[in-house]
Amino acid sequence: MPITEERAAAAVAQKPFTGADVVVEMLARHGVDVVFAYPGGASMPLHQALTRRRDRIRTILPRHEQGGIFAAEGYARVTGKPGVVMATSGPGALNLVTGLADAKLDSLPIVAITGQVPTGVIGTDAFQETPMVEVCRAITKHHYLVQNARDLARVVKEAFHIASTGRPGPVLIDIPKDVQNTIVRDPDFDPALDLPGYRLPPPPTAEVINEVLAAIKASERPIIYCGGGVVASNAAHELREFAAKTGIPVAMTLQGLGSLPSEHYLSLGMLGMHGTVYSNYAVNDADLLLALGVRFDDRVTGKLSEFAKHGRIVHVDIDASEINKNKSAHIAVHTDVKSFLTAITPRVESADWRAWHQKLDAWRAADPMTYDHRDDAILPQYVIEQFSKLTNGEFLMTTGVGQHQMWAAQWTNFVHPRSWVTSGGLGSMGFGLPAAMGAQAAFPNALVVDIDGDGSFVMNIQELATLHCENLPVKVIVLNNQHLGMVVQWEDRFHAGNRAHTYLGPVDHPEAVGQGGGELPEVSYPDFVAIARGFGIAARQVRRKEDVVDALRELIAYPGPFILDVMVPYQEHVLPMIPAGGTVRDIIKS
Amino acid sequence: MSEETRSRATMMRQRHVLSALVTNQPGVLAHVSGMFASRGFNIDSLAVGETETPNLSRITVVAQGDDRHLEQLRKQLEKIVTVVKVLDISREDYVERDLMLIKIDAPASSRAEIQSLVQIFRGRVVDVGPDQIMIEISGQEKKIEAFIELVRPYGISELARTGRIALVRGGRAPVDASTPDEEETAVVTGHSSL
Repeated sequence: MPITEERAAAAVAQKPFTGADVVVEMLARHGVDVVFAYPGGASMPLHQALTRRRDRIRTILPRHEQGGIFAAEGYARVTGKPGVVMATSGPGALNLVTGLADAKLDSLPIVAITGQVPTGVIGTDAFQETPMVEVCRAITKHHYLVQNARDLARVVKEAFHIASTGRPGPVLIDIPKDVQNTIVRDPDFDPALDLPGYRLPPPPTAEVINEVLAAIKASERPIIYCGGGVVASNAAHELREFAAKTGIPVAMTLQGLGSLPSEHYLSLGMLGMHGTVYSNYAVNDADLLLALGVRFDDRVTGKLSEFAKHGRIVHVDIDASEINKNKSAHIAVHTDVKSFLTAITPRVESADWRAWHQKLDAWRAADPMTYDHRDDAILPQYVIEQFSKLTNGEFLMTTGVGQHQMWAAQWTNFVHPRSWVTSGGLGSMGFGLPAAMGAQAAFPNALVVDIDGDGSFVMNIQELATLHCENLPVKVIVLNNQHLGMVVQWEDRFHAGNRAHTYLGPVDHPEAVGQGGGELPEVSYPDFVAIARGFGIAARQVRRKEDVVDALRELIAYPGPFILDVMVPYQEHVLPMIPAGGTVRDIIKS
Repeated sequence: MSEETRSRATMMRQRHVLSALVTNQPGVLAHVSGMFASRGFNIDSLAVGETETPNLSRITVVAQGDDRHLEQLRKQLEKIVTVVKVLDISREDYVERDLMLIKIDAPASSRAEIQSLVQIFRGRVVDVGPDQIMIEISGQEKKIEAFIELVRPYGISELARTGRIALVRGGRAPVDASTPDEEETAVVTGHSSL
């Protein structure tokens, strides 16, 4: 035993520096306190080096590389700092692909470090060799295949710079094993950046601010279309000031939620496919659309030519290629949302928009957000509403993808920006549990909850082991309807209810072919409480509405990870809904 | 492109020559051409070569499309980290060339005729065989294409073209790495303070 300890100590104290040590040292110097890393042959030197900086960096072992990168995304979203993930070459690296694409579409800063086969065998189809850079070109903001250990410090520094500045995004660093093992003498930990093609937009000019001010002044029905860019540029405070000073109402995208508190008098909630009726009416009727940090995604606009067609469009975005991509802007402001708001707020004036506010209030009164109040079943909206009431916005919430995600977006009262983590652009099922893990690693004392569906939850359920083994007290609320609810909803609406592989129980059940009676099953599949027990995690199933609040209290108060399996009916639809490619005239209210 | 493109933007399909300076490292061409493919941009011609600066290469792209299409193409190019600078040089006074090598069936009977065509087009005969000759010809796309049409009746056995390369006229190089952006130099925010 003492001999082993001695040996381990010798390994930790090992000098001189290898390429892997340079990488880890650079992580420490960039303030990285957590990495999600799954080892393998080609990344072992990196892991050995990580043990030598245990004092600064906590290495969390996920149970699948996809869990690792989703966790890094959760970490990045709640902190605003780059999330760091590592994987070995080949299959390990490829398991990051979905996460890289996810982070690219949702503009999350990620530094993904992958092991690669040694330089001498690259291109020979060596064991666990995949041309990771070739695979990932289109789904990363930037990528490196490091050929020389002397480049490592600069590459890591550039990667952090690129990931976290401008429009944030994922950067891949692929490091051959021999480069990791190369001894680097007198490493320079602060090398110059070599990025002649990477520039950030300047603050807005006085002229363009004047143009926007004139547009606001001339407007009778202005509205703010607020997106993830507001959160990414840490401009929620500035947005609140601008909105409060002007009295311009705010409709938020899925990623913009939290920019303005849900209960703020100027908040119209979410817009788009499952947005509030009144926010969509407002955008349709507005004569001025202030589009801040948004990309006119099809889930927001529906039919593009009809979207906000009565209004002038001011589009503020840090990414020039988003401006005029889907919708032409009358006034294009290529800059960071925060610097735009900082420049305009002191000069903007409120105008008399009483008639406009009255109109909005009338729409809000005519079509409020609502759902059936049933006592014989637990409706998913009820669960989220109750959770929201019990926590007053003091939580970090993640989700999977599907109906539960939309209900969480609709029925949670958000108070803080960066308290909402969801896969919006790519819509990656299985995102919720690992993302919650990452958020909890960033804030060990926060209440972190994953609102999940039974389909999404199973997709990365192996991460329950990480929660248990790494002491991450994540809470999971599974809205369990035994189906792939969102697809079921589309089947009901657009395919005459024909069930096409959307039932998650055994295929010999009548539900598998849409012949179910509609009542809750006596035994649900799989048995999440038993699964949780297997992973060493506390769990409870609730089937009756009167037990929900008590169960939620238990979940919130529980000191460790906890899974609450809530049985909900599969007949419930997410409403309102504008069908894909539709307009406000096509809105389905019931 | 969106439906709105059709209603609002100029419907005129124009021919544009974009010149992009890129850092000279492996994978940049793959990145640029992959971006064109994955975003559905149609490219008429693409040529790459080194420049006077050893660490920079120039990619010359000829594309057709309306203004919106070209704007997106250019912005997506500029977004690639290894792309240093992009200029739409067809908006300037520029010189454009395409180089072609072409093998034509040329029995003794028609050889004189072909040679006179080569002279008119200021081409050069670079190889002569018993039944064929190889000709080198450079110039604008239209000239090259006119020549091809003229010799087609003789029988073309093989043909290779470089794709268009182009430079703006005048003393100062309008596109080099040191050219400041049209926008002012940016303030770097959120940069790690090492």
